[in-house]
Amino acid sequence: MAIADLANPARFLSFANRTIPWLGGLTVIIFAFGINQILSAPDDYQQGATVKIMFLHVPGAWLGMLGFGVMTVAALGTLVWRHPLADVTAKAAAPIGAAFTLMCLVTGSLWGRPMWGTYWVWDARLTSVLVLFLLYLGVIALWRTVEDPSRAARAAAILTLVGAIDLPIIKFSVDWWNTLHQPASVFRLGAPTIDISILIPLFVMTIAFTLLFFTLLLAAMRNEILRRRVRTLRLMQASAAS
Amino acid sequence: MSALAAIFVRDLRIAVRVGGSALMGVLFFLVVATLVPFAVGPDLVLLSRIGPAILWLAALLASLLALDRLFAADHEDGSLDLILTGRAPLELVVLAKGLAHWLTTGVPLIVAAPLIGLLLDLDAKAAAALMLTLLVGTPALTFIGLIGAALAVTLRRGGLLLAVLVLPLAVPVLIFGVAAANAAIVGPVPFGTPLTILGALTLASLVVGPFAAAAALRQEME
Repeated sequence: MAIADLANPARFLSFANRTIPWLGGLTVIIFAFGINQILSAPDDYQQGATVKIMFLHVPGAWLGMLGFGVMTVAALGTLVWRHPLADVTAKAAAPIGAAFTLMCLVTGSLWGRPMWGTYWVWDARLTSVLVLFLLYLGVIALWRTVEDPSRAARAAAILTLVGAIDLPIIKFSVDWWNTLHQPASVFRLGAPTIDISILIPLFVMTIAFTLLFFTLLLAAMRNEILRRRVRTLRLMQASAAS
Repeated sequence: MSALAAIFVRDLRIAVRVGGSALMGVLFFLVVATLVPFAVGPDLVLLSRIGPAILWLAALLASLLALDRLFAADHEDGSLDLILTGRAPLELVVLAKGLAHWLTTGVPLIVAAPLIGLLLDLDAKAAAALMLTLLVGTPALTFIGLIGAALAVTLRRGGLLLAVLVLPLAVPVLIFGVAAANAAIVGPVPFGTPLTILGALTLASLVVGPFAAAAALRQEME
């Protein structure tokens, strides 16, 4: 079965039904491994055990941005390629990505209090991630406000494409501006600046959270397809009764 | 008179009527600039420090108010359907409406800014710098707002959604507008740097805004 067959909603549903249990199981296993890694990771010489908030904060940030990236590709799928499942993907990814972004903001705020002495600072990276969160909320609001799902899909797609400019701004904000938030330590020219004993748990937790993201995304897409079927059945029933 | 010029003149005429967006925009600008000293306290030193920020914020909010009715009024009386079936390209029609909106909402704000700045103890140099930043930056507010106005056109109470959609996109304009105004007053950043970035934002929104708004209008009105 080629990947293009998944464009058929019925085939996608059977694919999702088969895949979600396995993906969920794998997620749980990697999470267990990751938590083991976190517990055995060393304390930072300066920050002590507080550095372990990073294992929630950084995956949250990466997956918040991945969520918006998935929505952007789905928006192109809706507007340009007219892919049948593109708007289902976009609608399903929005709350998940927003939740990860919120997790990033909250854990970062709790980490900032002992480290920087403040819960919040208006520097470039925090502000641009907050703007990302507001864009997520705007897209979710647009989905819920427009009645017809396909019209809502196209409106949300346009907003997503305009808002996608925020993603490179977030990535390069620590380079372009003098920020309190630390500069890039992993994805940068030259080797990562984090020690390997902390880098490994970080990568394991990132993989675990990414698997969680895709498990939740598949489950949400399945729910959305079933929701649309229910809506169609209700509409047919209403028109048959009248 | 070509179709685009006709739409442009029509929007100008509607806006300058009593109760239209031109007068209301300036009044709202005045009201906001008056309310802030009540909230913040009458300390003139503080007010002159945050004066550019207050006026930029008021300009953004006044722009949003007028945007609410920009497409919704045409949708309600059916002229939007006529425009969509006409021969003029929708992107250019949106551009013409955006220009009319800026001329009737943005330009009165620019003219009123130094007068209202007197309430906030802005000196002549600060007021002049502020006027220049508003001149360069208010078109960006209009054209970014066009996107939200087009997305919310068919909704009955679309005004709040419009604000929610537009405000994150307008944040960079606000940041650089206030940065430019403050740079002229206190430095050390040279005034030209944020001003040119502001100009870049305006030019980019001049292109992206009409295209995105036209696409949104086509989707909403199908």
